Amino acid sequence: MTSVHTVIENVSRRGFLKGILATGGLVVAAQFVPARTAFAYATGADKMPHGVRSDPHLFVSIAPDGTVTIVAIRSEMGTGSRTSLPMIVADELEADWSRVRVVQAPGDEEKYGNQDTDGSRSLRHHIQPMRQCGAAARQMLEAAAASRWGVGLAEVQAQNHEIVHKSSGRKLGYGELAAAASALPTPPADQIKLKDPSAFCYIGKGTTPIVDLFDITTGRATYGIDAKLPGMKYAVVARPPVFGGKAVSFDAAAAMKVPGVEKVVTIEGTPAPAKFQPLGGVAVIARNTWAAIKGREALNPTWDDGPNASYDSVAFKAQIEETARRPGKVVRNDGDAEKALVSAAKVVSAEYYIPHLAHATMEPPSATVRIADGKCEAWACVQSPGGTREELAKKLGLKEEDVTVHVTLLGGGFGRKSKCDFVLEAAVLSKAMGGAPVKVIWTREDDLQNAYYHTVSAERIDAGLDANGKVIAWRHRSVAPTILSIFKPDQTHEAPFELGMGLVDVPFDIPNLRCENGEAEAHTRIGWFRSVYNIPHGFAVQSFVAELAKATERDPKEMLLALIGPPRIVDPRKSPEVTDYWNYGDPFETYPIDTARLRRVVELVAEKADWGRKLPPRHGLGIAVHRSFLTYVATVVEAAVDEKGHVTVPRVDTAIDCGFAANPERIRSQIEGAAVMGMALALYGEITFKKGRVEQSNYDSYRVLRIDESPPVTDVHIVPASIDVPSSGVGEPGLPPFAPALCNAIFAATGKRIRRLPISDQLAA
Amino acid sequence: MVKLQVNGQTQSFDGDPSMPLLWYLRDQLGLTGTKYGCGVALCGACTVHIDGQATRSCATAVSDVAGRSVTTIEGLDHDGNHPVQRAWRALNVPQCGYCQAGQIMQAAALLVTNKNPSEADINDAMSGNICRCGCYQRITAAVKAAATGA
Repeated sequence: MTSVHTVIENVSRRGFLKGILATGGLVVAAQFVPARTAFAYATGADKMPHGVRSDPHLFVSIAPDGTVTIVAIRSEMGTGSRTSLPMIVADELEADWSRVRVVQAPGDEEKYGNQDTDGSRSLRHHIQPMRQCGAAARQMLEAAAASRWGVGLAEVQAQNHEIVHKSSGRKLGYGELAAAASALPTPPADQIKLKDPSAFCYIGKGTTPIVDLFDITTGRATYGIDAKLPGMKYAVVARPPVFGGKAVSFDAAAAMKVPGVEKVVTIEGTPAPAKFQPLGGVAVIARNTWAAIKGREALNPTWDDGPNASYDSVAFKAQIEETARRPGKVVRNDGDAEKALVSAAKVVSAEYYIPHLAHATMEPPSATVRIADGKCEAWACVQSPGGTREELAKKLGLKEEDVTVHVTLLGGGFGRKSKCDFVLEAAVLSKAMGGAPVKVIWTREDDLQNAYYHTVSAERIDAGLDANGKVIAWRHRSVAPTILSIFKPDQTHEAPFELGMGLVDVPFDIPNLRCENGEAEAHTRIGWFRSVYNIPHGFAVQSFVAELAKATERDPKEMLLALIGPPRIVDPRKSPEVTDYWNYGDPFETYPIDTARLRRVVELVAEKADWGRKLPPRHGLGIAVHRSFLTYVATVVEAAVDEKGHVTVPRVDTAIDCGFAANPERIRSQIEGAAVMGMALALYGEITFKKGRVEQSNYDSYRVLRIDESPPVTDVHIVPASIDVPSSGVGEPGLPPFAPALCNAIFAATGKRIRRLPISDQLAA
Repeated sequence: MVKLQVNGQTQSFDGDPSMPLLWYLRDQLGLTGTKYGCGVALCGACTVHIDGQATRSCATAVSDVAGRSVTTIEGLDHDGNHPVQRAWRALNVPQCGYCQAGQIMQAAALLVTNKNPSEADINDAMSGNICRCGCYQRITAAVKAAATGA
């Protein structure tokens, strides 16, 4: 989900745009507003490719009947951003939400600013610009009304879709004022008056249902796989089963014999690093999906497997575990951990393993592309419409302005749909069909076997304790293939943005603290998966804390608080070995590592979960806390393990401090969902390779959680915060603490320590 | 030639009789509310009613539904106000929403045969429907709410 913008900027995206002369909003004339705005606090939004916009002329239009249309620039994949961002505009605009319509922006970053829906950034980068946008529009309407009435600005006020003349009670509806207001210049940033939070109608309330709710419940909502165009063809692709392989032979004639099949087309692969380029393979294009699937079954391809033909998960696990037993590249070094480990009264060591994962979005990748008159249109479930447009233009040799990317709803994203390889496939195939619209559908087998996988990781931690059981040394070695490997050749170390996800930012109060990163080569496509490297780093660190508690006979929560230490700001940049420290792309000054907040979520969740409560036999409580995406999350899991080793989770409590909570209802839903996904990856999640091929193929061999296995209730406890506390990420930070909290609970219930995920049958009697 | 009823209308199909109902509904009839998720009856995203029974359309050939009556999410209620749909909205169940048509069709079929399902009944009936966003606790609450008319 996180995109590495430092990487993407350097490797793929063009630099910042130079002049912003976006065309105007929907009904209003183009107006230029200086991009630099006086926000209460700085975020990394300006540094994203194409930056951020707040001009209401881009986002807001008002029809004569008063209907307010607000443009959503982020993709909706379940987090609620397509609702929350427009809701913020509407509140500052003093609009009646029932008279607001949300339209989805096509990919156009020169106009709308950065559109990548990833990194848990949408809300945190847009709460301020969207407030300004709505407030500016409100002030323009007020100015138009004052002018109409010939009264001073101070005498008028926006109120629920109308401007009211305070002394006389006269009113003008927004529809009546729209034309006059749109002709006014946007007020400069320093003249924008934001609402007092006490006047908020929607922001912070959690009472605004998602805009697509009715359509979703009636089957009308349109996802990438649902595009319908006249003359549309359907395609499936036989892709090389081994990353880097290519087709040697195939039986096109047999495929063509299947009724409905129209064409067999070879798609060229791109040698690694191939970034978001298609894997290549053989496409079957047909009049319907079923014919395409049957045609593909008849292809009988043979493959040259290429350089990754021997990739084997069992061997690779042994290899990276061995690497983690040796010194690696030092990436943080406080004090002298080596010396302290030698002199320690006791040393505790543990090794953890977290396998590859696949996103397995319910909607597999799917896109439709049409090319006509030198212009390309795509309908696609993409998290990165701007990048997709750029890649399509390059692939087809078109100018970007001749490429339109229509963003559909996403049936899940989790980082998979940040990569537009499937859209590029549709473009290649449309071209091969003379520009006819072609829909590419990935079957579930394609999705699991040709994915961008979450990394695989070996983590080793050694801690030294003094005679009193105080931790005086900490050495954490992480070994995991890097996402950089899809962008650049010869990448064998975690990048700063990966190290910053729970390794070098470890917030513990330990004088001798050393982090190392060993070499690991990638043998498949590694990509962002919700929470990214926080998953392995967080699992190791938070499991190990409970192991230290056991070693010193302390309560795990007390051990955790002791390691976090007193309230303070932890600044990893003080270690010279921490180069290019990555604070999720946002300024450290706005979003420091604040152990007071970390402690608070631990204490809050412990209180709410009644930590230490009496439990039935074979039940246990586990706790874990993790800061990621600038948000603090602590989870207490109750696990029950029966005699056969079957795990159930009767109760989950999670405390989250994400700064100001703009849409608490969607925060709750994200945390509830994170518990389910966290339990899925802990119990079952594993993609394995043998002879370079993925061994899983569908939801039977790659299990995810079902309703009867799911925690019946996740209680979400949101730390209250005023609007002055910068909002931080929500989509991802709920996931990392879940698996270690679960495994800590299993340990409390059974005395068995899980150090290798998934748990699978490790508890079987 | 296969004749069947879809959402109350008679349809005839003369293509490959082994084509799964799912692709017939989506590609030929344009009823895209029924979703593809796995193709082998593992996830429930494609759930429709065949003569009132919740059925995985991805693993049901068109020829198997000759003479039978198919209801999709589009045909569940003319105004989209089936009690299950209302409960889903009242409790803000969906996140991405992709699996929800299948979930709703499954839940609606359950409530026909079991007016007051227990949590165990709900787990049993709904365990074939995967939600990767993890909306399960709200699905359970919404099925209960739909049953009681709350």
